[in-house]
Amino acid sequence: MSLLHASTAFVAAFLASLVECVEALTIVLAVGATRGWRPALLGAAASAIFLVILVAIFGPALGRVPITTLQLIVGILLLLFGIRWLRKAILRAARVIATHDEAKIYAEETALMRSAGGASTRAHFDTIAFLACFKAVTLEGLEVSFTVIAIGAGGSLLVASLGAALAAVLVIMLGFVLHRPLSRVPENTLKFTVGIMLTAFGIFWIGEGLALPWPGEDLALLAMIALLLLFSALAVRIARSRARTTAPS
Amino acid sequence: MNALRIALAELWGLFVEDATLTIGTLICVALAAFVIPRVGIGAQWRGPLFFLAIVVMLLENVYRGARRP
Repeated sequence: MSLLHASTAFVAAFLASLVECVEALTIVLAVGATRGWRPALLGAAASAIFLVILVAIFGPALGRVPITTLQLIVGILLLLFGIRWLRKAILRAARVIATHDEAKIYAEETALMRSAGGASTRAHFDTIAFLACFKAVTLEGLEVSFTVIAIGAGGSLLVASLGAALAAVLVIMLGFVLHRPLSRVPENTLKFTVGIMLTAFGIFWIGEGLALPWPGEDLALLAMIALLLLFSALAVRIARSRARTTAPS
Repeated sequence: MNALRIALAELWGLFVEDATLTIGTLICVALAAFVIPRVGIGAQWRGPLFFLAIVVMLLENVYRGARRP
């Protein structure tokens, strides 16, 4: 594994995890502020334990899969995952679809939790708050786990895990300090960047799995990221112009 | 059972959002695996050609997806 590959894996895992952790934090904060912090934090902690168990069960099993098969399968999943993010980020940047709004999601979740009833008391544990946080952290955490495993499939699992851990610690610390959703995080720009990186990693792994030679070997990854950035900027212009010409007058 | 169904739906949603994008991506992978190596293209061009196929498919998908109803 080259330094270039390791640093790209670290940045990709860090940015992807940052996006997911911000989304999970919004829900935990909304639930905690309206229903109480105990069930919200317990739900988040239970989910973290559940994810660790899942990774501990399925992680070692991946080591038994032949490397080329693993690269091909992980590459296909990573490409499907990354290109979905990239397409959405392009359409959002072109204002064809609405951008993700953490403040709006926080307000909606807060209203939902207030209307749900059955809040925590000394005698009654708030199951709704616990499950809401468990579900949110598990769903976002599954995306983080998948991204880290997929990006790290070529021997950079440790650096990818470090990138994800750093993002999680950063978001948790900011959540503790601010006590409100991180709505100023430029989420679509992050998703745009991560979508490009994951798509490039996916294409690279598929090529490795199918024994398609890459000119420049690991450097091809960097070239693909640069080219995807150019083509995505072109795609934003195309989408914007297309939306304008087909808009009902 | 309901929770399992929701979990599977969420898992599916991680990879599939626009069916044509998913199918297009899988067709590109199939081309790279079965067609490109058999049509006499030089080995050094196979990877870049696969990359180009993905880019073209993405641009076409975005162009179609940007159409206002």
